[in-house]
Amino acid sequence: MKQGILSDILDYSNRANPYPLYAELRKTPVFHDGDGPYVISTYHHIQSLLHDPRLSSEARNLAAGAGDPLAGAEDEGASALPPSFLKLDPPEHDRLRRMTNRPFGPPDSPHRVDDMRGFLHTTVTGLIDNLGDPERIDLVDQFAYPFPVTMICRLLGVPREDEARFHVWADTLAASLDPDPGADPKEREKTTHDARMELGMYLAGLIEERRKNPGEDMLSQLAVGHGQDETMSTMELLSTAALLLIAGHETTVNLITNGMLTLLRNPDVLRQLRETPALAVPLVEELLRFEPPVQLLPQRTPLADIEVGGVTIPKGSSMWLILASGNRDPDRFENPDRFDPYRKDIQHLGLGSGIHSCFGAPLARLEAQLALTELTRRLENPRLVEDPPPYRQNAVLRGPRHLRITCDGVRPS
Amino acid sequence: MLRLVVDLNRCQGYAQCAFLAPDVFAMHGDEGLLYDPQAQDAQRERVAQAVAACPVQAILVDELDMAAAGSGAPAATGEASDG
Amino acid sequence: MADTALDHLKANGRIVVVGASLAGLRGAETLREKGFKGSLTMIGDEPYEPYDRPPLSKQALLGMGTAEGTALPRRRDIDAEWRLGVAASGLDMAARRVKLADGDEVPYDRLLIATGVRARPWPNQAEGELDGVFVLRTRDDGVALARRLDAGPRRVLVIGAGFTGSEIASACRERGVEVTVAERADAPLVGALGGVIGAVAAELHRENGVDLRTGIMVTALEGDSTGRVRAAHFSDGTSLECDVVVVSLGAQRNTDWLAGSGLGAGPRGIACDAGCRAFDIRGIVTDDIFVAGDVARSPHPLFGYQFLSLEHWGNAVSQAETAAHNMLSESTDRRPHIWVPAFWSSQFGVSIKSVGVPSMGTEIMITQGSRAERRFTGVYGYQGRVIGAVTFDNSRWLQFYQQQIEATAPFPPPFPTVDRRPEGQKPLPADFPDPSVPTHGPTVTLSGYSPADRRLTFTPAGH
Repeated sequence: MKQGILSDILDYSNRANPYPLYAELRKTPVFHDGDGPYVISTYHHIQSLLHDPRLSSEARNLAAGAGDPLAGAEDEGASALPPSFLKLDPPEHDRLRRMTNRPFGPPDSPHRVDDMRGFLHTTVTGLIDNLGDPERIDLVDQFAYPFPVTMICRLLGVPREDEARFHVWADTLAASLDPDPGADPKEREKTTHDARMELGMYLAGLIEERRKNPGEDMLSQLAVGHGQDETMSTMELLSTAALLLIAGHETTVNLITNGMLTLLRNPDVLRQLRETPALAVPLVEELLRFEPPVQLLPQRTPLADIEVGGVTIPKGSSMWLILASGNRDPDRFENPDRFDPYRKDIQHLGLGSGIHSCFGAPLARLEAQLALTELTRRLENPRLVEDPPPYRQNAVLRGPRHLRITCDGVRPS
Repeated sequence: MLRLVVDLNRCQGYAQCAFLAPDVFAMHGDEGLLYDPQAQDAQRERVAQAVAACPVQAILVDELDMAAAGSGAPAATGEASDG
Repeated sequence: MADTALDHLKANGRIVVVGASLAGLRGAETLREKGFKGSLTMIGDEPYEPYDRPPLSKQALLGMGTAEGTALPRRRDIDAEWRLGVAASGLDMAARRVKLADGDEVPYDRLLIATGVRARPWPNQAEGELDGVFVLRTRDDGVALARRLDAGPRRVLVIGAGFTGSEIASACRERGVEVTVAERADAPLVGALGGVIGAVAAELHRENGVDLRTGIMVTALEGDSTGRVRAAHFSDGTSLECDVVVVSLGAQRNTDWLAGSGLGAGPRGIACDAGCRAFDIRGIVTDDIFVAGDVARSPHPLFGYQFLSLEHWGNAVSQAETAAHNMLSESTDRRPHIWVPAFWSSQFGVSIKSVGVPSMGTEIMITQGSRAERRFTGVYGYQGRVIGAVTFDNSRWLQFYQQQIEATAPFPPPFPTVDRRPEGQKPLPADFPDPSVPTHGPTVTLSGYSPADRRLTFTPAGH
């Protein structure tokens, strides 16, 4: 049973509900089946490891043949673009993330996200206005995908009309993060490499243009520098832009979709949210605990032999941190499998922790809060058409591919 | 007025509060946090967002102030939660 | 349920809290949370409801908030009788009564002492009373200093480069005010963090335009004919024109009111056991008097059971919670206060944090980052184990080092880390000043093993 648990988690047939598998995994908090990765599934171990300076996020520190089915994925793409800060350690990570943050958040751009509130609202209102036939709504295609994509495009300064082009690349690259045992590795490498290449070329053209005609968007400001002494090389800028674009595409969509799915499965909470919109704030935190859009971090490796929970993990091993499992750890959360937005203690791992914690977190939070509040307010008597819904292949960035719902009508804004 | 305090032993500079309520919380350098310990009432909603979003649950807002507002959000526990 | 003495206390008892600041308030809230329904009296010498002090040397000087506006948020209603603006002046342990400065007496069944510390004043009283000479500890101090900075002084002199002094200097520079800092030691923060880190702090001062003068003492403050300060004289024979002087020479424990009471209280604080119960002067633990916050000194298992005095915000909160819990518990349900020391400071745009007791360290190793970049982690070692750590803008790693301290992990750390630089390959002498020479700024004081504090003689830190 144990031997197969990792492949069970990766197995598409378990995508709709991996949580019983995680519970099984937690019985062996540091799981290792011989030549696979070391899998960490309990809250406190994961939380500690995210702050442990003996752990690297850089693929080059992985021993050859460390048994990581993901090891090759982005590496091969590296010939197209250097690794993004997601896959770098300090000081490079810190330098790039700091520079990326300058046009995004405090201290240099404290009002950037706050100033987007109006546009967020307008966009949500427009998408709900245009849902069409209330009996046939696909919440993913019609709302949860276009909403964050519109936002990331606006933020970065990527023309929304190019969406059809980079959608394919983003999907391909997101899939490359996934340990899909069924896929032909050579084929995957090539597809991933091509997608990175094409996305890189596309962004390079855009950045060139922004250098000449800079606007208020992040790409322009990253391209021209933010009046500081540190600057990014063009290749670093390309990697960073690609990271933001993909992350902006492939994560919040799941948060919003998982949110509506969870609400529709918990009609009492749905009603409470409709009555008290302010509940959306803690509700999204509980959602990040209950159904995190990033289920696991497969990219960590120790720089020395380290001991975790009585198990020695050798230097260079591949380690997976199962965030979604830590979030359901009964040693940390009371009734962990209960969705309870009134929970007093929701210190979840849904956005990671430590230096690699989610860069776009404040925007994701606002998007999800607003999306769930407005959908709940405006959809009359919404119901799931199928439960579980069909899921995307991806086990890491896990979420429904479609969320078909029906309702009695859409209230005017 | 909304009284608040941040347990800066816990704070690790994730800056969620400074993103979400930039007129109450401000980053001072990359990791340092400054905040107005008496936020304006108009900031109540944003402060509630900041409190909930804090990854280390370091922000304590007055229970009584928040209750008076009839906020749907559960009040913060912040510094209280560890012994 | 049996009607025990404890039940009676919880239902009808009288609890008095002396000290209405952070520790007193959090203690009172915890008492109510634990089901105390009796009468609660809060005694505070200042006329204000409990307020937070750290912002007084930061936000309040930078115009983000005001010194009047740092009242602490409440966790709950404590339904207390407030005796504010009147200091406790004495304690009758036998009669279980607190005497107040206005002559009143307040009886108690349980007493929580959280009287904290006060700013050490300028030793020459007449000079200290010159207009323009300040200390910074209370809300009134903060209001007065902020007002004077608003008026645009020509030059501020800060005496003492501990944390508070450095923060004040930082705020001055951020506001474009010229500032000189005079420090008796060789660098700022050396008492708390040692010379290696002190050197970094000194560079921070100078890069930000502070006129930092180290290895020097202020010998006199000089006023003009109207009683306003106009100059300071230094031990090297030089002098400086200045119109504001901030005396930042550390703190004195508020224990004077306990003189002659029989409680184990002295200049180093009030000795208590790990359960926050005060010792009497004979070294016998009391049953009804508890201590919390800056005024307490208690033994800590991680640091050889020496008595530790901690002027730390987090310690005040944690110790008050533990004291309140124990005040309402049978002896077997009591908990020890074993908080690992931790503090923060924010100065010159850098977040400085520390855990453990760096000042016990004899060596330091820069395990991550670089001092030149002002982003690093330093780990302190004592007798082959990790005893403390400090970060400059590197706080997300600190919990790892706290775990190392708690696990008494070996020093120097035998493992590689991310962001290890050439300067972090081997330990350096931590370079703390001789502990027998008092410095200002250490926020942790080890004060030996004697609960009664009788053999200790008080050495004024001077200036």
